[in-house]
Amino acid sequence: MSILVADPGALTTVQDLGRSGWAHLGVPRAGALDAPAAALANRIVGNPQDAALLETTLTGLTFEAERGHWFAVTGARCSVTVGGTPAAHGEAVFAEPGSVVRIGPAEAGLRSYVAIAGGIAVEPVLGSRSTDTLAWVGPPRLDQGSRLPVGRPSGHPQPHDTPRPPPRGPLRVLRGPRADWFSGDVVAALCATAYTVGEASNRIGLRLEGEALERSRQGELASEGMVLGAVQVPPDGKPVVFLADHPVTGGYPVVAVVRPEDLAQCAQLRPGDQVRFTRDRG
Amino acid sequence: MGPVGDTERVLTRPVGARALLAEVADAGQALSLALWARGRVSAVEIVPAACTVLFDGCSPDRVAEQVAAWEPDAETPAGELVEIPVAYDGPDLESLAQSLGLEADELVAAHSAAEHVVAFCGFSPGFSYLTGSCWEVPRLSTPRPRVEAGSVGLAGPFTGIYPTASPGGWQVVGHTDALLWDAARVEPALLPPGTRVRFVAR
Repeated sequence: MSILVADPGALTTVQDLGRSGWAHLGVPRAGALDAPAAALANRIVGNPQDAALLETTLTGLTFEAERGHWFAVTGARCSVTVGGTPAAHGEAVFAEPGSVVRIGPAEAGLRSYVAIAGGIAVEPVLGSRSTDTLAWVGPPRLDQGSRLPVGRPSGHPQPHDTPRPPPRGPLRVLRGPRADWFSGDVVAALCATAYTVGEASNRIGLRLEGEALERSRQGELASEGMVLGAVQVPPDGKPVVFLADHPVTGGYPVVAVVRPEDLAQCAQLRPGDQVRFTRDRG
Repeated sequence: MGPVGDTERVLTRPVGARALLAEVADAGQALSLALWARGRVSAVEIVPAACTVLFDGCSPDRVAEQVAAWEPDAETPAGELVEIPVAYDGPDLESLAQSLGLEADELVAAHSAAEHVVAFCGFSPGFSYLTGSCWEVPRLSTPRPRVEAGSVGLAGPFTGIYPTASPGGWQVVGHTDALLWDAARVEPALLPPGTRVRFVAR
């Protein structure tokens, strides 16, 4: 069983829970950026939570279901049609053999998730089917004409679940390991103003425009291991929030770390959106 | 969130709620701590770097306690020895040798005589940072937009080999045909941390 990609949109990749245990060899973790949305899509079609699915970016995706498949779309709200007929977002939908499934552009948010019953069955690389867009470990990004194998469905579609967009609110941060490279209380400074999501943001990081954070300590930081959600500050003082494809080591100081539960919000922020930080009180 | 902990041997700093950064003296100690911690410390990722080891996916307090038991003077177990054939024909060989006050063949002789050790990986999958050369080499002031796969470069105290073509600022002294990275291999990196390396001029 397989699906045939007719239009991959701006960027559609295969994602699962990501690739762990390889950071010491320089391999990024990858994995679905909006993890709760991905988990929900898998749950709806009866897949295990580590099944691979598709992550779209802004402009959606069109594919042909060569055989009949149950599928579900979650994450960014968008139109869904099967053979031109409108279908539901956030529910199990059946695509007849040969039908064309069109996932429309995101109406709000940025990334939609398309789980197909049985999961995308490309060969795992280092234990995961996720595409890492930094070093391109894992399956290539989807292209027009890509044919993706689909596994055998292992569970029954769940009739109902409740799709909820990630709660919007300030990103909760703990003080980072190199906050002492900055003047004054850098976490307070980070939390004091709103930042705008920059155009260059991607799966590697959310690049923020706004008040520059001021270094008190000059010189180079020796490269050190980086975590998901690290708020790294390059020489221009503008923070970058590291997302799943972040490099495993980095040479700029980390002033704060975003609570992992709040990263799903980052997955759905578009260039131009505002974002704020707040101190994580636990 | 605990404060920065200073056990006598190693300074540790929490990185968010699920990671800990341990600071040590240099890349050799970072490697030693990382190798010691494997199998002893419960963490999803143990990432040595130039003078730190990151423990990610762990209980920071628990790992800080465990790391306090590490003896920096304990001998690092010797890793496998791998020979890397190198054609010392890189574009920066002459100028680098000159800046170090050497003839090119003296640089080659010294570099291929030393036993190097992979201290850590980073930058891209399978890119290993090797200690063992005695020079401190500045990066190129303007990085090259493309450095070919297999290029052997020097930067800071390290030697590195580009597993894939990428932009880069290391001073390239030669190239090798060795396959540094193959995700389909059981051990995908040819030179994981701890590997001993000898460069063989050809």
